[in-house]
Amino acid sequence: MDRRTLLKGMAGVGSLAATGGLSMPALSQGAAARTLRFVPQANLANFDPVWGTQYVVRNAAALVWDTLYGIDATLQPQRQMVESEEVSDDGLIWTFRLRPGLKFHDGEPVLSKDVVASLARWSARDSMGLMLKAIQNELTAVDDKTFKWALKQPYPKMLLALGKNSTPCAFIMPERMAQTDPFKQINEYIGSGPMKFAKGEWVPGAKAVFEKFADYVPRQEKASWLAGGKQVLVDRVEWVVIPDPATAAAALQNGEVDWWENPIPDLVPVLKKNRNISVDIADPLGNIGSFRMNHLHPPFNDVKARRAVLTALSQEDYMRALVGDDTSLWKPLPGFFTPDTPFYTEEGGEILKGKRDIGAAKKLLAESGYSGQPVTCLVAQDQPITKAQGDVTADLLKQMGMNVDFVATDWGTVGSRRAQKTPPGQGGWEVFHTWHAGADCVNPAVYNAIRANGDKAWFGWPTSPAVEKEVTAWFEAKNFDEEKAAVNRLNKAALEDVIYAPTGFFLSYTAWRKNISGIAKGPLPFFWGVSKTA
Amino acid sequence: MVSYILRRILATLPVMAIVALFVFSLLYIAPGDPAAVIAGDQASPADVERIRQSLGLDRPFLVQFGTWLWHILHFDLGTSIFTNLPVASLIAQRIEPTLSLMAITLVLTILIAVPLGVVAAWKAGSWVDRTIMGFAVFGFSIPVFVVGYVLAYVFALEFEWLPVQGYTPLAEGFWPWLKNLILPSVALGCVYIALIARITRASMLEVLQQDYIRTARAKGLDQRSILFVHALKNAAVPIVTVIGIGIALLIGGAVVTESVFAIPGLGRLTIDAILRRDYPVIQGIVLLFSFLYVLVNLMVDVTYTLVDPRIRY
Repeated sequence: MDRRTLLKGMAGVGSLAATGGLSMPALSQGAAARTLRFVPQANLANFDPVWGTQYVVRNAAALVWDTLYGIDATLQPQRQMVESEEVSDDGLIWTFRLRPGLKFHDGEPVLSKDVVASLARWSARDSMGLMLKAIQNELTAVDDKTFKWALKQPYPKMLLALGKNSTPCAFIMPERMAQTDPFKQINEYIGSGPMKFAKGEWVPGAKAVFEKFADYVPRQEKASWLAGGKQVLVDRVEWVVIPDPATAAAALQNGEVDWWENPIPDLVPVLKKNRNISVDIADPLGNIGSFRMNHLHPPFNDVKARRAVLTALSQEDYMRALVGDDTSLWKPLPGFFTPDTPFYTEEGGEILKGKRDIGAAKKLLAESGYSGQPVTCLVAQDQPITKAQGDVTADLLKQMGMNVDFVATDWGTVGSRRAQKTPPGQGGWEVFHTWHAGADCVNPAVYNAIRANGDKAWFGWPTSPAVEKEVTAWFEAKNFDEEKAAVNRLNKAALEDVIYAPTGFFLSYTAWRKNISGIAKGPLPFFWGVSKTA
Repeated sequence: MVSYILRRILATLPVMAIVALFVFSLLYIAPGDPAAVIAGDQASPADVERIRQSLGLDRPFLVQFGTWLWHILHFDLGTSIFTNLPVASLIAQRIEPTLSLMAITLVLTILIAVPLGVVAAWKAGSWVDRTIMGFAVFGFSIPVFVVGYVLAYVFALEFEWLPVQGYTPLAEGFWPWLKNLILPSVALGCVYIALIARITRASMLEVLQQDYIRTARAKGLDQRSILFVHALKNAAVPIVTVIGIGIALLIGGAVVTESVFAIPGLGRLTIDAILRRDYPVIQGIVLLFSFLYVLVNLMVDVTYTLVDPRIRY
């Protein structure tokens, strides 16, 4: 019996068992019904959504801090803390007014000065914020409820920047907190969001507790992702960190927790069989797998070598390694943008379609001048998604005749080594793998991995004037048709220059007990609208 | 005795200093970068570098070591890079579950392993001996996480007698506290029980060959008194030694056990800190465990005087 079978077996028995009361914490029925116990995707190890940009921090921060605008399920930014906005005819001056009733958790009102300080800190760390900062004349508080952002040139994507859900989000904090250096961590956690952070109960690596903020005034509109009325229907949300998936599955079946954010595909069939548990796709925007090549050093500094990879790469191999045989969980992706979103395109994607051609790949590789030197492939073994992709890549490169130096390591080491620009023999690298949340690949503004501005680009440092030209064209576009045309051209250019190799589009599940209702599909777990019966 | 204990405590200082230097150096040369982990996957290389600078990780080795050592000398273990909380607070949050787990495991082990070893020695060569030693080999060979999953499978999911995961502080009641620790303690104790049972058997076998045991039998003492009063006491020195050495096994095993049963103890804190390269936390925990280990060894040495009057310091 291998470990995986044992895990399944262990989790499977729970599906036959009735829910157990023995393991429940000593809470009264009423209190239990008002406490939602949630198993997050990762440990909440720090809690500064500007300093640390991990998704788990963003997800927790969305409970505690509010944003000026919020992206809704149609990917449009909607007013959230803002009551109204005006933009001058020349597009250079934006004036915003805060809605009434906004209050921080310490009882202080939310004022324009808090917003100005928060945006200043955020804009030092965020890619769209940096663009705004570069064209900023001034960002000032006009009065307690009004602030103004004066620019040197128009920025049509302003509302998207302020409301986007990619990290770091433009969360609003009290001025004293927001004045913290953006590269240093805050040490208090006061926000104006629908829940308060119970700092005293925080055990990093084990538990984080959020309590309903009684003075929060939700908007009147229906909630939709980060937009609309954030009505919290429970008193407490407890994040219970369970690092072992089999233990998390067992705890869910036993009723020790209510909602598990990301069950692994191996355990989903077991959970689906349990009559007390619901399982569904967590986020229709899913994820995009990434095979990232270093554009600075041979062999992948030659576009022919990169094209050789695309010619031979089978996305099906990668996706089956990632999510198994459940074909509803993945689809091929002959492009870079998230499927079923407005900018999705397959323009230029022929190279990723059809039968895979190892012979043609070998020919291209030979033309690139590759002569058998080792290719360093960094593979984080502690991240199942990167490990599965790394194993497939090693096999693929060997089939192409490459000499693979497979560096099996952990994510901490990959995170450090991938930043090295030195040649692979001197601490650098040629290949590493990651994945991008689909929500971060819906348009060029939030998509760092598609940028190709050399030294300023994401790891791998691709340079492609054609790609950068289309990114600029998208930002300057005046309507959707222009935006769409720019993205089509961008996709084609990015495939021609092989900014990176997409390994496919995949979805993941979320699971909850049936006494929980109101869970919405989206790029992060939304706790507003979620209720629990005893 | 008092002067011996004081000398031994003083002797721990250079040991701790060497451990401190070793741990700091090892982490310094180890691959990985906390700044990269903090910055997240979407961060730019420039962001990573700025974070590294703000954490002081770009300073020379000696400067970093000197600063850290200065804080240690002032009983300040530093601040976690990730949580921004004092390392001492993080350890304080986590020490109760780990000590509870180790204490229950130790008690369970002694209560089970020592009698098993004594009986195996008494019935040496019989089916009883072979069965006990067979279980010992099995317990010694099977990984902690496998035992943990099987126990959870049977006693938590099938019978629903015990919880799958978590920890309840002792302050919230004895049974809630114990309930969460039974399965992890048994899982963690398996290896330890096997080890102590085998050592007890070996030591007892040697003692049972001695003349005074034959004399005791000749004068008509009952078997229980011979085994547990006369023989066991004289066989205790190696058993106590191995129990002490086994504390290291417990510390290592706690790391896995706490992960399988989601117990928020020092073992999980260690794993999390290593994966994130949270250097101050790793250094603090290693120093603490080293100190505990030195202390346990001292206690073992002192215990020798209780079981063997010939030993005097």
